[in-house]
Amino acid sequence: MSQFEVYSIGPKIQIGSFDLSFTNSSLFMVLTVSVISLFFIAATQKKSLVPNKMQLIAEMAFEFVSKMISETAGKDARPYFPFILSLFLFVLVANLLGMLPYSFTVTSHIIVTFALAFFIFVGVTLVGFARHGISYLKLFVPSGVPIFLLPLIIVIEVISYLSRPVSLSVRLFANMMAGHTMLKVFGGFVVSLGILGGWLPLGFAVALTGLELLVAFIQAYVFAILTCIYLNDALNLHH
Amino acid sequence: MEVEAAKMIGAGIACIALAGAGLGIGNIFGSYLSAAMRNPSAAQKQFPNLLLGFALAEATGLFGLVVALIILFAF
Repeated sequence: MSQFEVYSIGPKIQIGSFDLSFTNSSLFMVLTVSVISLFFIAATQKKSLVPNKMQLIAEMAFEFVSKMISETAGKDARPYFPFILSLFLFVLVANLLGMLPYSFTVTSHIIVTFALAFFIFVGVTLVGFARHGISYLKLFVPSGVPIFLLPLIIVIEVISYLSRPVSLSVRLFANMMAGHTMLKVFGGFVVSLGILGGWLPLGFAVALTGLELLVAFIQAYVFAILTCIYLNDALNLHH
Repeated sequence: MEVEAAKMIGAGIACIALAGAGLGIGNIFGSYLSAAMRNPSAAQKQFPNLLLGFALAEATGLFGLVVALIILFAF
């Protein structure tokens, strides 16, 4: 489908066997980052004790993520707050920009979400080993398991740990792609049923757009909160 | 059987994953509602958990969709 197509804009840049041209995907990533930065710069321009509307929204986003981190990962995760906030805002704004007609959804491509999830995975694993040393491997040995079950449990735990980046990235990618495909299918129904029967799918498409806005927020939230949960595993070994 | 036909059947079978997703989402919202009716004052605090569970359950259905797409287009 044309809305998922990646094409290069501007000159073709080739380094080795890699095509590093500036694409519409990169354009929308730059756009996402600039929208976030401009909004926060504008919102904190006139700081006042009683905030105006823009400052209020910025404070709400800040407090939302701050509360999420302290509830799921505890006090020790405080230094990672800027990372989680930028992650949440990037995914959220990328999802929402994709809802505009004729725009491009950055997060509907598995390579983008997988890159995000893989860096989170590597980072969390490094944090865990840096904090606990070799005893971080205790994460794979849940307490209170009978000794004869341990070989099986450890294998399952290791597999589930290694599949974290895959499930994290596929969840976001599949949600965004499925939503946009569904809108496209209902849009196709409107065209093919014509002026007489097209009103029903049109209503569905409007309702689905509302649902997609909700999903865009929920998926950004889930992406960020799962990062917090993984971080919690690495920071506080509960087992 | 022709490969093309087998692909279509396989993609259709992969959509059975939706049954599990439907069960999961229904279970989550049903449990949330019945718990919220019993203790409405505690309901607001569990709302983020509801969203988290909803997204996790919905994702399993979408994994099925990804499998169907891989069968249809990647092989």
